[in-house]
Amino acid sequence: MTRSIGLLINPVAGIGGPAGLKGSDGIVVQATARERGARQNARERALLALQVLATRHPAAEIITADGAMGADAVRLSGLRPQVVYRPAGAAATTGADTTAATAALVDAGASLILFVGGDGTARDVAAGLGAEQPVVGVPAGVKMYSSCFAVSPAAAGALAAQWAEGALPLEQREILDVDEDQIREGRVDPRLFAMVPVPFIAGRTQSRKSATPASDAAAVRVAAAGAIARMTPGWLYLLGPGGTMMEVARQLGVPKTPLGVDVVRFEGAAGNACTLLLADASEKQLLELIATFTRARPTESTLRIRAVVTVIGGQGFLLGRGNQQISGRVIEALGTDPLLVVATEGKLANLAGRPLLVDTGSRDVDLRLSGHISVITGARSSGVYPVTAPQ
Amino acid sequence: MSLPIAPKPAQRRFHQARWDEPIIFELTNPGERGVLVSQVESGIRDAVGDVLADLPAGMRRASPPALPEMAQMRVLRHYLRLSQENLGADLNVDVGQGTCTMKYAPKVNDALIRTTKLVDLHPMQNEADVQGVLGLIWNLERMLAEISGMHSVSLHTSGGSTAIWTNISMIRAFHEANGEGDQRTEVVTTIFSHPSNAATAKAAGYKVITLYPDADGYPDVEALRAVIGPQTAAIMITNPEDTGIFNPGVTEWVSLAHSVGALASYDQANANGILGITRARDAGFDVCHFNIHKTFGTPHACGGPGSGANAVSEQLEPFLPGPVITKNGDHFALDSDRPNSIGKVAPFYGVIPNLVRAYSWIMALGGEGLRAVAETAVLNNNYLMKKILEIPGASAPYATGRRRIEQVRYSWEELFQETGITSEEIGVRASDFGMHYWTSHHPYIVPQPFTLEPTESYSMAELDEYAAVLAEVAREARETPEIVRTAPHNQTVHHIHHDDLDDPERWAITWRGYQRKYFGA
Amino acid sequence: MLAAVGAGSTEDFYADIPASLRLNRPLDLPAPLVAEQDLVRHVEGELNHNVSTKERLSFLGFGTYNHFVPAVVDEVINRSEFLTAYAGEPYEDHGRFQALFQYQSLMAELLNMEVVNVPTYDGFQATATALSMAGRITGRRGVVVCSDVLPDKVSRVDDFVRPNLDLTFVPTIDGTAHVEAIIALLGADTAAVWVETPSCTGAVETAIRQLADAAHAVGAILVVGTDPIGYGALTPPADQGADIVCGDIQALGLHQWFGGAHGGFIAVHDDPRFVMEMPSRLFGLASTDVAGEYGFGDVAYDRTSFALREEGKEWVGTAAALWGIAAGVYLALMGPQGMAELAETILARTTYAQARLGALAGVTLNDNALHLREFVIDLSATGVDSRTVVDRLRPLAIDPGVVVGEYELLVCVTEMTTQHDIDRLTDAIASATASSTTQEKSA
Repeated sequence: MTRSIGLLINPVAGIGGPAGLKGSDGIVVQATARERGARQNARERALLALQVLATRHPAAEIITADGAMGADAVRLSGLRPQVVYRPAGAAATTGADTTAATAALVDAGASLILFVGGDGTARDVAAGLGAEQPVVGVPAGVKMYSSCFAVSPAAAGALAAQWAEGALPLEQREILDVDEDQIREGRVDPRLFAMVPVPFIAGRTQSRKSATPASDAAAVRVAAAGAIARMTPGWLYLLGPGGTMMEVARQLGVPKTPLGVDVVRFEGAAGNACTLLLADASEKQLLELIATFTRARPTESTLRIRAVVTVIGGQGFLLGRGNQQISGRVIEALGTDPLLVVATEGKLANLAGRPLLVDTGSRDVDLRLSGHISVITGARSSGVYPVTAPQ
Repeated sequence: MSLPIAPKPAQRRFHQARWDEPIIFELTNPGERGVLVSQVESGIRDAVGDVLADLPAGMRRASPPALPEMAQMRVLRHYLRLSQENLGADLNVDVGQGTCTMKYAPKVNDALIRTTKLVDLHPMQNEADVQGVLGLIWNLERMLAEISGMHSVSLHTSGGSTAIWTNISMIRAFHEANGEGDQRTEVVTTIFSHPSNAATAKAAGYKVITLYPDADGYPDVEALRAVIGPQTAAIMITNPEDTGIFNPGVTEWVSLAHSVGALASYDQANANGILGITRARDAGFDVCHFNIHKTFGTPHACGGPGSGANAVSEQLEPFLPGPVITKNGDHFALDSDRPNSIGKVAPFYGVIPNLVRAYSWIMALGGEGLRAVAETAVLNNNYLMKKILEIPGASAPYATGRRRIEQVRYSWEELFQETGITSEEIGVRASDFGMHYWTSHHPYIVPQPFTLEPTESYSMAELDEYAAVLAEVAREARETPEIVRTAPHNQTVHHIHHDDLDDPERWAITWRGYQRKYFGA
Repeated sequence: MLAAVGAGSTEDFYADIPASLRLNRPLDLPAPLVAEQDLVRHVEGELNHNVSTKERLSFLGFGTYNHFVPAVVDEVINRSEFLTAYAGEPYEDHGRFQALFQYQSLMAELLNMEVVNVPTYDGFQATATALSMAGRITGRRGVVVCSDVLPDKVSRVDDFVRPNLDLTFVPTIDGTAHVEAIIALLGADTAAVWVETPSCTGAVETAIRQLADAAHAVGAILVVGTDPIGYGALTPPADQGADIVCGDIQALGLHQWFGGAHGGFIAVHDDPRFVMEMPSRLFGLASTDVAGEYGFGDVAYDRTSFALREEGKEWVGTAAALWGIAAGVYLALMGPQGMAELAETILARTTYAQARLGALAGVTLNDNALHLREFVIDLSATGVDSRTVVDRLRPLAIDPGVVVGEYELLVCVTEMTTQHDIDRLTDAIASATASSTTQEKSA
């Protein structure tokens, strides 16, 4: 083992789920969950991951936090904990503890943070990360909108074990979270909180005999290039959030706010030149910009502005999750052909036949977007995929 | 220990040959020769002098190529050792390479082609001297026309993908001849069709639109309806798809294409389960291709030469590659005077050794025999599916509970969730038991995929053995995952490190590249 | 087995196929020859209608060549393990990866270039792909064709590249490139300058260096289509400035097979700009967990079928791997000395045949270029057209060449053609044309 792993457990992650509380954020909810007889399963999930790591690297030392936040589980797995953080309160840990412990793990030299929890934990972890600090989530929460989690605890353990032996490729993944008070009130309105680098196993074998990109990263590059190939010089583009959109911005040579909607003018010609007009625009700013742009060109029948969006999270949302700035009103203002949708074939395939979703806040707009939509997957390729508006 | 010998264990104790051969350049021994060359006769030398000395300035090579110098038997021994370090289809229960139809290529056909009457035939000989081979190819064309229901067949291409290219090239020529070349810019395919359909269409200049299956795993006809129009040049689809699922609405797909003036192209790489059961033309397709090296029993040859067949309707016949073989009475001739032909797709008339093998393969079976091939392959597949689905952690996503045709794309997703062991790791470990295994084309639409196609060539006992190996590896994944993760253990070499292969500073594509980069040579 | 899966008959498995699509009759195919001996008798009987080049004296070339194939080549590629292997990992199929890595490496020595692909279908495809690579690398459409190329090859290349490239043909002068005319055509839209050597008439291009310099001066790429048979003694194009060298390997250890045994090679320098545009597979050396073990894998696999800038970088598929192994065995057997001697033998016999035939009354050589293996004779002064000559030589069991014009005949000699064979051909053509000419040429 050549590289050190940091482990962080949110001991109360997932506690609210079985208790029907739609999340576990906040001391009051956790107390309520305990009153309802909930059991903490975060440690068990952590153990499943650590056991995989321990089989491969039995002598490994794991940088972690004290007690239920890591060290207990590390010892149970047979590995040695190096405790670099102790929570302030004895009984319950808080989101602030998660953030502070993450920072302590990073300071202590952990090259990969393995955290155990859900979306809320991911959000707190992200707050304590340095720039470009690789993380991977062990799924143990109630809310799992984020794409920074491995598919299972064992898979997370395998990833960490391989990371410890040498570099793995990284890709930018999303941390989304909903305000649980909203869910408990029957609304699901997740926001994109961060983009974080997550390692992935490129494959034990090389994929041969195939005429398609051999890695997700290559597919994202090709899809992003496809979006740019469909841009028209002089037009404005509202670049939504997400990893694919960051690749679009990278290829265009403009900075991108990871979570925001950025407005660019595509200049075209040499090197796909592009001018950034507005970073991290609000819905109001977008509406004003569209209005101004329209007024300046009263004779043109086509509005030369489009929103460029990708699929956010694992649920298949195109609009209304993480990119609420591109609201129903904005879509309406963009006219009859408002969107360039860009995503990899793999991302569409992962939906296993489930439709893409739009939830713009305007029922009319949602219904208008429903049907089949063209999804750009490359310069010369696209998919056609069903879209519906959830009830 | 003494007789009697204990019964065999449940799993074969396979170990691949391991000769630990050097790279051939390391075997050089200056002065040794492998084969001597016919020398310039003194009479010629007297007449023309020293031709090398007389070469124009700069045309004589400064120093001889740095090839190895080896005696003949040493070359032979080296390559025979390398040959043993392969798990050819003749040696294993080769059902793991789904979509590739790894059936038995009968040895008698290998013997038949080695006659000097074929090996030493030149393609520009007088037609009178090549009547045997021309007649044989003509007859093979007619047989494939009957098998596909199509009007005409060309056998010029040397692989499946280049045959698919030929399909789209003919479609492009057809639209151009009708003055619609500029109008028809799009090709529609499905995600479970072979990716070469999309790749060749793009190479031919088309935009490609890919459709996804509905939640039941069948191609989504509503999506097709939404996307086709006067800009559509063709639909290019595989059926059954690579999942082994037959699209029951295929006629509607073809009709929809025709309703907008587009053509329908059928990738018949997966034809092995439907020979004599259903035909491309009967579903309305305008053009299709077969992989001769898959369905018609020619060997896969380490990755070629394969052989492709293109079958077309009467409407597309003028666009076939040239020349075509014509029959006049008992005489066969080559006709190159075809103004609408897309021209050449390969140097002459196809991969002749494979065409003769395929002819012989069909002649040994006949119409009833081909149908028996299909039915046996499909029975084998559904039997193997039952055995595989009995393994905890394995599943067959899409069209759950339905029968499959000739292959199935399975998933180890459940096992992966439980153990973190990937399908690729399972495949590498399966090779330790002397078995091939393949995952899927990218992107992985089925998570943790593996694709098995048992063909007609394997017995029930062999299918049981294959399934037992996968069951054993799945058991290992749960109980002793390190054995799986650190595989292979019984192969010629151990776990290979891929990192150097992707770095231009470090990759070594040839021996001289390796010597320069690592030894400054 | 039916019972095990709960099926009544195999019909159950076809439930998804609509009745309207079912073929409710047996396929109408010839009655099967189920006994192996009957099959052998039938197929052998058909093939015995052929008359092979071994039964005649053949001077036929034009894309497929009669070179000697050492017995060891056939022994190796007919091994079951090679013949029936396919797509295994480089663990259970280590041997084929090493054999093909060695093929790449041996070709690289012959061509003096550092990167060679696993064979593609044939030389036609290799050239079409090489030109497409040049188009992708330069982002340009123009290709200037400098040499006489096989018409069939032009047909294939044009059908393949026309969405992306425009071919402009510059007529040759005296068999080889018209350098001044070509240079005048080069410009900012030139993606590639395409030289073919030996050309389809066997002419060896001697101005590659000038053409390369001119191409490079406008940012274009020099693509050389070639047959590598002569590079044991001739300067390989890489030494004269070629950027991409491509062609066919049939001459390197493959029989004629009625034109059915071709494989294409593409060679480049180890420059990522070029390597990343190659659609074919490239096998590279890799380390393993065990010291001293050679492992193999696919180099930069992401590049295959997928461009960095745009999609549509062709495809990978079953192509011609076994022929590559054959060519590798051939080069290993021949060694440096063998390839050098082979080039000299072919060159000497070509020169001798040119001299003998060119000395016949009314027979002239089409050009004064350096020729390897093939050349065109012009019979017009004999008054006998080339087809008539071919017909008159048929009863003598001689195929004197390929008719490439009314009075033009393309003659091919290899190391299989002896001085005696050439003398026989000379005498036969002399007789066939004698009736129309009355005087011998003066020496």
